[in-house]
Amino acid sequence: MVSIKDGLNGLGEYVILIGKAIAVPDRWRMFWKQYVTEMFQLGYNSIGIVLIISFFIGAVICLQIKLNIQSPWMPTMVTGYTTREIMLLEFSSSIMCLILAGKVGSNIASELGTMRITQQIDALDIMGVNSANYLILPKIIGLMTIMPVLVTLSVFAGVVGAYATTFLGTTTFAELNEGFRYEFNQWFFWCGMIKAVVYAFIITTISAYKGYMVEGGSVEVGKASTSAVVTSSIYILFSDIFLTNMLT
Amino acid sequence: MIEVKELFKAFDGRLVLNNINTVFRNGEVNLIIGQSGSGKTVLMKNIVGLLTPDKGRILYDGRDFCALNKKEKIQLRREMGMIFQSAALFDSMTVLDNVMFPLNMFSDKSYNERKKRAMECLDRVDLHNVDLKYPGELSGGMQKRVAIARAIALEPKYLFCDEPNSGLDPKTSIIIDELISSITHEDNITTIVNTHDMNSVIGIGENITFIYKGCAEWKGSNKEILNADNKPLEEFIFASDILRHMKTSKKTNE
Ligand SMILES: Nc1ncnc2c1ncn2[C@@H]1O[C@H](COP(=O)(O)OP(=O)(O)OP(=O)(O)O)[C@@H](O)[C@H]1O
Ligand SMILES: [Mg+2]
Repeated sequence: MVSIKDGLNGLGEYVILIGKAIAVPDRWRMFWKQYVTEMFQLGYNSIGIVLIISFFIGAVICLQIKLNIQSPWMPTMVTGYTTREIMLLEFSSSIMCLILAGKVGSNIASELGTMRITQQIDALDIMGVNSANYLILPKIIGLMTIMPVLVTLSVFAGVVGAYATTFLGTTTFAELNEGFRYEFNQWFFWCGMIKAVVYAFIITTISAYKGYMVEGGSVEVGKASTSAVVTSSIYILFSDIFLTNMLT
Repeated sequence: MIEVKELFKAFDGRLVLNNINTVFRNGEVNLIIGQSGSGKTVLMKNIVGLLTPDKGRILYDGRDFCALNKKEKIQLRREMGMIFQSAALFDSMTVLDNVMFPLNMFSDKSYNERKKRAMECLDRVDLHNVDLKYPGELSGGMQKRVAIARAIALEPKYLFCDEPNSGLDPKTSIIIDELISSITHEDNITTIVNTHDMNSVIGIGENITFIYKGCAEWKGSNKEILNADNKPLEEFIFASDILRHMKTSKKTNE
């Protein structure tokens, strides 16, 4: 029973905090500055990890399908086609965001948690600044802007990874080409974009909530950052099911 | 002038502030003193609105802080400056950006004017050539001075300092104390300082409130405090040998 009450309390706090964060900024020039900084910090700095992971996963998926699924009675385009759809539908949008939840979520929670325990957030409040709005909103909008870009990059890196398997001699350029072009459904791409935006919102708001509400010291900041990653991952997985069901 | 009236605050049923009544005067350095854990920080946080009192009123020149609406509160907040126990500088910004922050947020002046004002404030606290450094690169005393500069950037009417010289050596403490005192007098600010440092008490305490067991046990000035007739206060002050010595030698001289 206690946990239900705590859960509802937490939900209430979360809604209030995010409500406070989503307001018209006190000063637009400060907002834009923070927005650009956050896009750089959360998005640009994640490009490397996105490209590397997607490249290898693209290559491995392609190999797995070619070696373990493809049979003589299937058309040759199956490998390329399946690789493309897996990247587009699931890996680049959902799994990539799950991985980014680890990087971005812990980053946000520990940054805000540290600001909280060193009284930097109090300092903002005393000045009459809406601290939630100033600190959290640029993160939400920033990641929501950059996440679709990251997802698109991930799809491309995956395709490049798949093409790279031709160097191993396992696949041929021609069969992959055929598969990648076979019945391309543009809507799948937009599904990925929608998921990316939703997950970006989940990651930033949950992690910001965990960090902003820290009480105590460095141990609590550490806990908040772990909890931010775990909680946002769970919510991403849940909403993945709903979104997949709804969108396709 | 800030008046605190019948203020109560409890945490989990434990009463930390028990009916505090006191007045902090304009243009003077008002001290809140008391042992560690006596509730000085809690009292200050209630006054500035970081905590909400369970009961009681806080009047800023007659304006009841708790009764103000959101907009009026923000308006009042712009008249406040605060220096935290840990300086609380924004560690991702340079010193100049820290001092400029309140101006960037609330002033409509041009960039150059805002920068000029920030540099004036840094001058005022005697910091030179550190504007492009980050807080992490400064000593504790310098950080405190940056915090003061940031707090006075918008020319506040009320200045709050939570243990401004904790963790500083005695000489630096005196410099910080004198800085706070001179800013208070020159700009006619209502300043409230939390401290348990007897040097500050004797040095700058024009109006002192002694907190003991959650109550405002004694009120007076630094001229009266050494001869005050109050048991807990005496125990607090004369915990230091030097002061006890001063008192006994003074008595024998008389
Ligand atoms: N958020 C809180 N929750 C529960 N108890 C608290 C909280 N803040 C303060 N207290 C309690 O209130 C009492 C007064 O604390 P406070 O921080 O005001 O002391 P202080 O006089 O400022 O001490 P110091 O000189 O060491 O800074 C302490 O016993 C503390 O445990
Ligand atoms: Mg304190």
